[in-house]
Amino acid sequence: MIERSKILLLSALLVCAGLSHVAGGISPYYFDILIGIGINIILAVSLNLVNGYTGQFSLGHAGFMAVGAYASSWLTLKYGSSIGSGTLSTTTVFVLALLGGGLGAALSGLLVGVPSLRLKGDYLAIVTLGFNEIIKGVIQNAEPLGAQRGLGGMELHTNFFWTFAFAAITIYVVLNLVGSTYGRGFLAVRDDEIAAEAMGINTTKYKVLAFVLAAFFAGIAGGLYAHFKQFIHPEGFNFLRSVDIVVMVILGGMGNTAGVVVAATLLTILPELLRKVAHYEWLPDWLQQVAENRMILYSLLLIILMLTRPQGLFGNFTGKRNQRLQ
Amino acid sequence: MVDKLLEFVQQLLNGLSQGSIYALIALGYTMVFGVLRFINFAHGDVFMLGAFAGFYIGPKTLALFGTGPSYPGMFAVLVVAMVLCAIIGIVIEKLCYRPLRDRPKLTVLITAIGVSLFLENAGQLVFGANPQSFPELITDRALEIPESWGAISGLTITVSQVLVFGITLLLLFVLRYVVMKTKLGMAMRALSFNPVAASLMGINNDVIISFTFGLGSALAGAAGILISIQQPSIDPLMGVNAGLKAFVAAVLGGIGNLPGAALGGILIGLIEALVVGYISPNYRDAIVFGVLILILIVKPTGLLGTSEREKV
Repeated sequence: MIERSKILLLSALLVCAGLSHVAGGISPYYFDILIGIGINIILAVSLNLVNGYTGQFSLGHAGFMAVGAYASSWLTLKYGSSIGSGTLSTTTVFVLALLGGGLGAALSGLLVGVPSLRLKGDYLAIVTLGFNEIIKGVIQNAEPLGAQRGLGGMELHTNFFWTFAFAAITIYVVLNLVGSTYGRGFLAVRDDEIAAEAMGINTTKYKVLAFVLAAFFAGIAGGLYAHFKQFIHPEGFNFLRSVDIVVMVILGGMGNTAGVVVAATLLTILPELLRKVAHYEWLPDWLQQVAENRMILYSLLLIILMLTRPQGLFGNFTGKRNQRLQ
Repeated sequence: MVDKLLEFVQQLLNGLSQGSIYALIALGYTMVFGVLRFINFAHGDVFMLGAFAGFYIGPKTLALFGTGPSYPGMFAVLVVAMVLCAIIGIVIEKLCYRPLRDRPKLTVLITAIGVSLFLENAGQLVFGANPQSFPELITDRALEIPESWGAISGLTITVSQVLVFGITLLLLFVLRYVVMKTKLGMAMRALSFNPVAASLMGINNDVIISFTFGLGSALAGAAGILISIQQPSIDPLMGVNAGLKAFVAAVLGGIGNLPGAALGGILIGLIEALVVGYISPNYRDAIVFGVLILILIVKPTGLLGTSEREKV
């Protein structure tokens, strides 16, 4: 018997394939937003594995995205033309490059995961932030990757199907992993690390695994992004990009995948809406300016959310249970 | 050979004054960590607000002390900026951190990130996003070292470098006095040792935490003025990088440890100057974070810190 989740994944992939035929027809502006939503869903859902389910706090997701973006771009730029004309189709090369980017990011995730074993909370946040800066710094100094000028010239490969297919796969993997017997370890690490250790759970292994998996999907998202925008720049993967993703996870509710998907969608559309609002003449000047600077709203949202509803806008079952226990 | 040595000493001197700034900011991180066990992400932005306080009150305050740049005027600006920052720090704690005191640490951390982002972006809105030039508080010039001192006369030491280092030392001694010799300082130390026992001994924890935030923020404000005297270009995002570096400094020295923070700040300043001088300015940030990761892997308690046992 095929599990329900597998059927869901398959049908999601089929729907993606079907919709991708229609998606070509919509205006480029909306298409841009649509792909942005897909990429953000991958990023937020994968970060949720670390920040939500495993209870760690990573502030460097954009760094892994950068690794994936640069690695896959490098692969397609180098091998795209030589192989593409021969045995493999360009799409195959693209998907292989995406996976390559994901693996590269996973490797860097391993590098971050290892020191994270001894750190928690605030320290971990700063170390991951530091890794983000280091990755950015290395790219800024790497001539083959375009250094400070950015890297361009990738062909447009990212389409509706691949973006949302990978989003569906990310959601499938994260949900199934956390729901499995094996995945209970992630939740145990989050709920009480010392108790989990006493129960014989290898907390180190779970933390590293969470990092590596999340980094892998962030790398895929980076590859999709690079082959959609066709130009990437180190500053596009800075601390603020990481914060964007963290806000999506927190807004959706840490450890609540459905909520995070909704939050990622909303927060991708929100800046576009705000841009429209910023042009309403009848609004006072300062409100227009606030609307133009979405970070002010994001930061206020964070503070108010933490003060009044730390479990996120859409609630969280485990959060409620914890509150009851307290 | 002498040239090489002189150049090295020159780099160290440059690093020393930058390190003093980091030390002042790092003290704020460490003090807040001492009493509340959390990292005040917004601390670097209080430093930025200190610089902008100087930017707005500077010209008027200077006018009170005669025309043009003057030392009394500079000290007045310094004190006013410190007081303003202390108030800002206390208000931030009261509004954003106090209601969360019994919540999980992650909640407080996220709030702190939110406060930091808010200050940065509201700063861009209010002060403008472009760098602005800080009013001249003192006339900066290179000190003249007599030729008779030999090779040392080849060094360039500016008035502002001496001033920054001197004021930092002065503030460190004042801080040491406050923490070690006054009743408030004793209460602070008691609170950081054991909050429950401290409150049983009749210490009002809320007052002491407010005081700690005020003290730390005042030091950050002073750092904001001092850096602006040295590099008179300020912008609303100047606190991000300085704050992170100062945090690295606090961890390097052992977070929660006051002399450690000062030492860590100076060390980070020196490391940075040497990287810029001998490797490449592009690697400045990456190497500082490399130091952080290294120290956390090798000795997470920092150079002077003591380890804390994890209890169930």
